[in-house]
Amino acid sequence: MKPAPFEYRRPETVEEVIHLLAEYGDEAKLLAGGQSLIPTMNFRLAQPAMLIDLNTVEGLDGLDAGDDGSLRMGAMVRQAMAEKSALVAERVPLLAETLPYVAHAQIRNRGTIGGNLAHADPRSELPAVMLALAASVTVRGPDGERSIGARDFFAGFFETALEEGELLTEVVLPPAVEGGGQAFLEVSRRLGDYAMVGVAASVVCDGAGRCDQASIALLSVGSRPMLAERASACLVGERPSRATVVAAGHAAGNQDIDPPADMHASVAYRRRLATVLVRRALTTAFERAGCVIGEGAS
Amino acid sequence: MGAHPHVGAGVLRNEDPQLLTGRAIFVDDVHLAGTLHAAFLRSDFAHGRLLSVDTSAAKRREGVIAVYTAEDLGDYWCHGPLLVPPPPIAGLTFNTATLVPLARDRVVHVGEPIAVVVAESRYIAEDALEDIVVDIEPLPVVVGLEEALAPDSPVIHEALGTNVAAHVVQQKGDYEAARGDAHTVVSRKFSYDRGVAGAIENRGILADWNARNEELTVWDTTQAPIPIRNGLAERLGLLQSQVRVVAPFLGGGFGPKMMMFYPEELLIPWISMRLERPVKWIEDRAESFFATTNERLQLHEAELAVDSEGRILGVKDVFLHDSGAYDPYGITVPINTQCTLLGPYRVPNYYSEFTAVFTNKTIVTPVRGAGRQHGVFVMERLLDFAAKELGIDRVEIRKRNFLTPDEFPHDHEILFQDSAPLVYDSGDYLPAMEKAAEMIGYRKFLDEEQPKARAEGRRLGLGIVSYVEGTGIGPYEGARVSVEPSGKVQLATGVGTQGQGHFTTFAQIVADQLGVDVTDVHVVTGDTREFSWGTGTFASRGIVVAGSACHEAAIVVRKRILSVASEALEAAEDDLELADGVVRVKGSDLSISLGELAVRANPLRGAVAAGAEPGLEATSYFGPARGTTASGVHAMIVEIDPETLEVSIQRYVVVHDCGRLVNPVIVDGQIHGGVAHGIGNAFFEELVYDDQGQLLNASFMDYLLPTATDVPHMEVAHVETPSPLNPLGVKGVGEAGAIPVGALYAQALEDALQGAVEIREIPLSPGRLFDLVQDAEADS
Repeated sequence: MKPAPFEYRRPETVEEVIHLLAEYGDEAKLLAGGQSLIPTMNFRLAQPAMLIDLNTVEGLDGLDAGDDGSLRMGAMVRQAMAEKSALVAERVPLLAETLPYVAHAQIRNRGTIGGNLAHADPRSELPAVMLALAASVTVRGPDGERSIGARDFFAGFFETALEEGELLTEVVLPPAVEGGGQAFLEVSRRLGDYAMVGVAASVVCDGAGRCDQASIALLSVGSRPMLAERASACLVGERPSRATVVAAGHAAGNQDIDPPADMHASVAYRRRLATVLVRRALTTAFERAGCVIGEGAS
Repeated sequence: MGAHPHVGAGVLRNEDPQLLTGRAIFVDDVHLAGTLHAAFLRSDFAHGRLLSVDTSAAKRREGVIAVYTAEDLGDYWCHGPLLVPPPPIAGLTFNTATLVPLARDRVVHVGEPIAVVVAESRYIAEDALEDIVVDIEPLPVVVGLEEALAPDSPVIHEALGTNVAAHVVQQKGDYEAARGDAHTVVSRKFSYDRGVAGAIENRGILADWNARNEELTVWDTTQAPIPIRNGLAERLGLLQSQVRVVAPFLGGGFGPKMMMFYPEELLIPWISMRLERPVKWIEDRAESFFATTNERLQLHEAELAVDSEGRILGVKDVFLHDSGAYDPYGITVPINTQCTLLGPYRVPNYYSEFTAVFTNKTIVTPVRGAGRQHGVFVMERLLDFAAKELGIDRVEIRKRNFLTPDEFPHDHEILFQDSAPLVYDSGDYLPAMEKAAEMIGYRKFLDEEQPKARAEGRRLGLGIVSYVEGTGIGPYEGARVSVEPSGKVQLATGVGTQGQGHFTTFAQIVADQLGVDVTDVHVVTGDTREFSWGTGTFASRGIVVAGSACHEAAIVVRKRILSVASEALEAAEDDLELADGVVRVKGSDLSISLGELAVRANPLRGAVAAGAEPGLEATSYFGPARGTTASGVHAMIVEIDPETLEVSIQRYVVVHDCGRLVNPVIVDGQIHGGVAHGIGNAFFEELVYDDQGQLLNASFMDYLLPTATDVPHMEVAHVETPSPLNPLGVKGVGEAGAIPVGALYAQALEDALQGAVEIREIPLSPGRLFDLVQDAEADS
């Protein structure tokens, strides 16, 4: 449980990081909170020749409100810091609600928002939240800066749209919308474990009480966090009711996902969990959006 | 002997200041100048022919001092000892295959050590492991128990020609005749799997050969320092007095640290002698999953014959037991299953047959409970099913079958793990059951709370089960009590200690005899230089066997104190009293301190009477004729989410009987830890092997130990039925909490699911419950 030999650098600017990435290519790994990378190195499953520590890089830990009501978080903002932030609680309640589910308090003290997203673990909570909220990330590389939407960012199993030599610098969460409501739920074996299934739901109701938008992101159901499109289709344009959320749950669990089996959950159990959690999360999200769920069909 | 102000009191633990301030010394805290660090290359294959091991590149790496394979060990390479030979049971088959220090020719489980690298740092040692080139020709792997016994199964130990490690039949009465008379017979198949001990401190060894003094000092995370000392001396050609083994503070033992000898335990001292430098090996968590013993699966086919009133006429149980790749621990685990299945019940006819099977997996040796869980599960489940079939309340069927106080000592007419007859010394089971039922609110729950919750769509269930635990077996332990000139008392004993509170409970026992404060008794344990005789801490025996030896030694010292004081104070011994560190003439101000008496007992001048011994010191030994039987009842209320099958424990009640309580706080702590362990076994932990014998979850990310949020508050009460087999009336408690939890979960979850499923397996999980419910729905 000791890592293989590696070189280590502590750059102070993003430019230096980009320079080092260009120099070492895929031999380099970026060290943010280290909560996934270091164990992987200790198991010798990852043996990077060069470790570039981002903890000394300036300008990556901002947590700021945009004028338009958005929230901008530097990649190196610790999960614990975001969890305790009044600004996050006010602007992005779904993120505040979700962060306590991310591993354990000790891990969140070190773990970063950007590191978590760039790691792109399909069992991780934050990528699903980003999807549900249609957030975007800002990345910088040798050719400058670009923005990538969450839908495009999570490309596969531990894979992102980051190009070689690029660095995730910031997360941008869009402003809250009138009539919006969100909820996060997951089922894990123990508090702090990766969920067997989790769901981040975000809905918007129009003035007439109809569902205008519904983003339902699921985690631990495949090679990347995914949006349950058929479930959304059960809701959009409809007046939310017990029947529509039940239908959305079934669509999510039985049509949208093709979940894997592992030692903790069979395929059928994951489908059940997705079905139930989507229904429950939507019920809460609609309540928070100010839509009372009727018992009958809409 | 007068009042015992300390025994029975929940005094604070003597060892806690050291532990809680981080000053306690564990093996890895011992730093010696010039220490080298070892790392082991382990087999990636569960079964294979070891064709070659090329260590040349590893030896060339800078910082590497030595690399050893089986070839390099010469005569030191040999099979380890059979630690626990099987009891003399008629007709028994036992095939021995004990482990080797480094694999030669053959590897038989993943993680079996093949080579050891010694380097200036653990980092370099692990780097060098990657330099070693091993050629293994994979062989077909034996994983499943039934498959292992199939005629076409590959054979792990060719010399044995079979995968049968043992075959044992024990019986009393005539089960088949009893079955013929039965009103009802319930027959079921059960599977009960377990897991790792999960001690917070993994194993570790630091060996230091001092070539000038010709002395070997070994710090070892063992539960048995004295047998390790004896074995190392023998294997290394040294006198026992040249070898000192220290088991300092240990972060938990739970059984696997009682295994002797692990390959690392043999090799690290040998390497230190060859290199004449201190050598340290600290097991990491990943290798612990493969290299430290654990406990696993048994498959049972069992039946219970009862009369129309639910009275037990007989039990038949035939089971398979996974031994793993070797069986140095004999049949300890399955014989515990066989014996503990009988529980607190009157079982007039019993037929029990087991086959222990070699598989290509880590060795199975006792882990807290040591096979007792499996037996209790089978018996408790059979009683539940019989109760259901007969329409008898589950508490009532147990009450009807409990042994009554007038039936003790009760001879079950079979042999226990210590080769002694399985005779229960004492017990009173009915009050414990009644107390547990009352505490959990059994009737109110069934009559009011459960139906009300069900009407609200909530699924609540209750479980209530009984068990016994054979504890406190021999052979013996010893203790030396000395009063020092400071007036403080030194107490040395040979058992190791791994968190049980020995520094306090042993001190309480001695303090009562010597009239001193508990904090004035300084306990030394686990250092062979301090005490040379004994076996170790295992089988819930510390307080029974070593505690009794402490008691006996203290009585002798008390007599000596009174004798010396009688002379000093010119008063008859009967007129003296011992309290607060002084001997006082009753009803007077005349007194003398223990410190002064210690000086008087060891004079610098003057003659000592012939035959007298100096000092206020005595050494005593205690060996019980046989084990003493503890018992208990656990009850819990669970709620299960009917959709997600998530389970939460609402209440947990334990009523336990371990005879006289020496320290109720420590006893409760043992029960709390045991229950936590049991909850892990029942609902979280599982060693998941694939069909190639690869362990798929060798980390705490996927091997789920219960955490603080999974273990409920426990309401613990005690019944005290003293043991007649030792002077203190105590029984062991170390394993008890872990034993009935699987049976308890099964009953409570079945109850919560309103009989939708029948649970015949452990471990469970929400996912497994879901699958069981789905299967049951598909069948109906």
